[in-house]
Amino acid sequence: MKIIVPVKRTPDTAAEKVIGDDRTVDRDAGESVLCPVNEFSIEEAVRLKESQDAEVTVLLVGPESAQSTVRKALSYGLDGGLQVTDDAIAGSDALGTARVIAKALESREWDLVIFGNQSTDARTCLVPAAVAELLGVPSLTYARHLEVEGDTVTVHREHEEGWDVVEAQLPAIVSVVEAINEPRYPSFKGIMAAKSKPLDVVSLADLGVSADEVGAGNAAATMYEFEPRPPKEAGTVVEDDGSGAAAAQLADWMVDKKFA
Amino acid sequence: MRTTPFTTEHDALRASIRRFVEDELAPHAREWEEDGWIADWVWPRMGELGLLGLSVPEEYGGQGGDYWSTVVLAEELTRCGSGSLPMAIGVQTDMATPPILQFGTEQQKQDYLVPAMQGTKIASIGISEPDAGSDVRAIRTRARPDGDGWVLNGSKTYITNGVRADFVTMVVRTADADPGDPWGGISLFLIETDLPGFEVAAKLDKVGMRASDTALLHLEDVPVPGDALLGTVHEGFKQIMWQLQGERLIGAIGGVAGAWRTWESALAYTREREAFGRPISGFQVTRHTLVDLATEIEAAQALVYEACDAWNRGEYDVERVAMCKLVAAQLAFKVADTSMQLHGGYGYSREFDVERNWRDSRLARIGGGADEVQREIISKLMGL
Ligand SMILES: Cc1cc2nc3c(=O)[nH]c(=O)nc-3n(C[C@H](O)[C@H](O)[C@H](O)COP(=O)(O)OP(=O)(O)OC[C@H]3O[C@@H](n4cnc5c(N)ncnc54)[C@H](O)[C@@H]3O)c2cc1C
Repeated sequence: MKIIVPVKRTPDTAAEKVIGDDRTVDRDAGESVLCPVNEFSIEEAVRLKESQDAEVTVLLVGPESAQSTVRKALSYGLDGGLQVTDDAIAGSDALGTARVIAKALESREWDLVIFGNQSTDARTCLVPAAVAELLGVPSLTYARHLEVEGDTVTVHREHEEGWDVVEAQLPAIVSVVEAINEPRYPSFKGIMAAKSKPLDVVSLADLGVSADEVGAGNAAATMYEFEPRPPKEAGTVVEDDGSGAAAAQLADWMVDKKFA
Repeated sequence: MRTTPFTTEHDALRASIRRFVEDELAPHAREWEEDGWIADWVWPRMGELGLLGLSVPEEYGGQGGDYWSTVVLAEELTRCGSGSLPMAIGVQTDMATPPILQFGTEQQKQDYLVPAMQGTKIASIGISEPDAGSDVRAIRTRARPDGDGWVLNGSKTYITNGVRADFVTMVVRTADADPGDPWGGISLFLIETDLPGFEVAAKLDKVGMRASDTALLHLEDVPVPGDALLGTVHEGFKQIMWQLQGERLIGAIGGVAGAWRTWESALAYTREREAFGRPISGFQVTRHTLVDLATEIEAAQALVYEACDAWNRGEYDVERVAMCKLVAAQLAFKVADTSMQLHGGYGYSREFDVERNWRDSRLARIGGGADEVQREIISKLMGL
């Protein structure tokens, strides 16, 4: 089985953000990391590699400097990397990014693509489904459990009330949520080996993507304004005065919030 | 330009260890301190992560890294909020097991080094005795030949990990002291702790390093097979002097890194704590104190890194290693003591980590060869 894990380089969520004049996060101003959600998609791929002898390639769309992110992903024990780097990609929206990823996937053989359900910077959750749509393959998003048997992939698709069991024939695209597993730490052996894993760097031209399909200028979404998220409001404090009133108050609150 | 000895791979290792330390170790440090016991799961967990064999060759299942990868581990473990844990792990990885890799047979490597690296066997190093600490040649634990094997009698004390150890890399007298051959008559053994006559006589109570178990061990007519001998018979003194180089160097690395951690938290506190209408870092005397310490730590780190670089190339200079041990041990305690001063009453209170660090760091000036022993080594090698 051949698996591709698309990963993203994102600003460290713990670090201070700088928003540039173009209303995007200045990615060179702060530390960048492998998107934390990708640790879960990588872990799922590594597990399939261990149980089914899968060959796993990591795919990254990003600037040249993101190569360290590809190496980081490889350090978990993946087999090789494909990086799409082209100045024209800068400022692409979710759709533009999906177009590039779809073309990159078309350039390789694969049975399963495992995305994180969202990236910690944009959090649109759009890319996996958009890629599946562009490629005309089944899309199984929000997986909190994933199994592959023969050429069938089964996932537990998470939603507010629980999960649905969904299956599809390979090739298919899956996106995973953080509940799916407990990612491992890369071992030093893996870190050292990542240095010498094959990594292909390709341009838009190599993939046959024209520059007018991507980039800030061709984005379907335009950012006009932004402001920081308002601070969290204080929660309700229920004091127990020993009369049992607190229990009733709690029960009302739970009913009110539809927990019960 | 990179001016550090660490590569980007070491940086990645550091990031991964730091996360492990912060997520999985640090939250338990206080509880282990109170229990007087580091949870047993720490060893197999670190083994699973490959952290107990970073510099062990891949043919034994190690990570095959260089010495700098070991340095990264020692430095990052100082973030766990316990001096005991880096010490206990240091005994496992850099004190009790390197002699097996260096002097052991293939069988011994499979039987002891491999499980120690997986964290399934806990290792101790047994040098000190009730009547012999600094003076290693004065040890009395004795092995007498018995058929194909040996019978051991004696005691070892202050043995780190000794209450739970599966085996002890032990320094034992195998022949009477001979004035004509002052270094002879001592041998190393790998002693399994479940042998008849082997007894953990006490778990010792200590001023610091309280989460680490420290044992008094008694050996009474312990039958030991012939293949428990590690290295060459009667050559154990030279072997243990080699072992002590690695022990002192890892101690020095931890001492310097620990001094940095202490310094950083002292700085943070002085910026936050106000007196006479300003943060105490606003007083020149506070800033100068911190600057002096930082300068000394930088200098010590340069000396220690130089010795690490040599060690990484398979070389060592006994005099330099002794200097590293001496300066790092003194500095770690000095910074901890100064940090307590800067913290005032909060520093002396059990509520914060400052006093734990102060108690823990005091050991370095005694264990692994006391300050005076390092000075004796240096003065001899300098020909003073
Ligand atoms: C918490 C803890 C953990 C330990 N873990 C281990 C372990 O895992 N394995 C192990 O084998 N040992 C261990 N030790 C023992 C430690 O290595 C010894 O305590 C140390 O080597 C000093 O020996 P000693 O205690 O017998 O002191 P002594 O040798 O009795 O020394 C007492 C004092 O005399 C000084 N002195 C001795 N000789 C001279 C000299 N020639 N000139 C000037 N001054 C001198 C010493 O510096 C010291 O100040 C541990 C000790 C502690 C406290």
